[in-house]
Amino acid sequence: MNAGDILPVQTFAVTRADLVRYAGASGDFNPIHWSDRIATSVGLPGVIAHGMFTMALVGRALDTWAGGPGRVVEVGCKFTKPVVVPDDDSGVEVVVAGTVKDVTEAGIAVALEVTCGGVKVLGQPKALLSVG
Amino acid sequence: MPVDSDLAGRSFPPTAPYTVSREKLAEFAAATGSAYDGGAAPSTFPIVIAFQAMLGLMSDPTVGIELHHVIHGEQRFSYKRPIAAGDTLTAQLTVESLRQIGGADIIATRSDLTDANGKLVVSAFATLVHSA
Repeated sequence: MNAGDILPVQTFAVTRADLVRYAGASGDFNPIHWSDRIATSVGLPGVIAHGMFTMALVGRALDTWAGGPGRVVEVGCKFTKPVVVPDDDSGVEVVVAGTVKDVTEAGIAVALEVTCGGVKVLGQPKALLSVG
Repeated sequence: MPVDSDLAGRSFPPTAPYTVSREKLAEFAAATGSAYDGGAAPSTFPIVIAFQAMLGLMSDPTVGIELHHVIHGEQRFSYKRPIAAGDTLTAQLTVESLRQIGGADIIATRSDLTDANGKLVVSAFATLVHSA
């Protein structure tokens, strides 16, 4: 990887079923991630994905770009917009784009852009990958 | 009840040791549409253990957090080494700062995950936004 490289865009489908599996796998059973009744009662448009689920998709993209897991030294983001996931079979699409900012002894700095329906859902997502 | 104004700097009891299993890593990977290949854990996996440390903070009666009024604002992981199946990890949470912005408490936490040898493996930085 070299500074300025535009990494291949990664696209992920997210359905309600995924949120159920992720709740079980992560231990986060907050009902705003599985109950429309509760999500709307707190002012959300409907069930939303766990912020950490979207961040996990960032992790998957990074592993793909790095050629395999275990090379993420740092990864971080702000949860700025909810990813609303309808109760249907197709769900929504999260798109993860990345650019290599620089390569130093510290590692490969990657700036990301994560969108759903053309709207950015994460604030300042970035990562550091180990060199080679 | 407002959040304890002396929260900044407080550390909380470490979580019970958690042994990372291949089965759990496979479950976590599958929940985000991936597969576990037997190597390093997915890069957001530490949330499984850090979340327990955060629940300890949020359910402490002296802290004054209303669980249903908490939003995950920001998350970052900073690794010393990748997590592998077989690691036994303990998380200790420290509140790094407490600020008030627009009527909400912004609680910045750091959970240090150490292995069976007491070595730091990864720090999980979580910012929680608590509205009164």
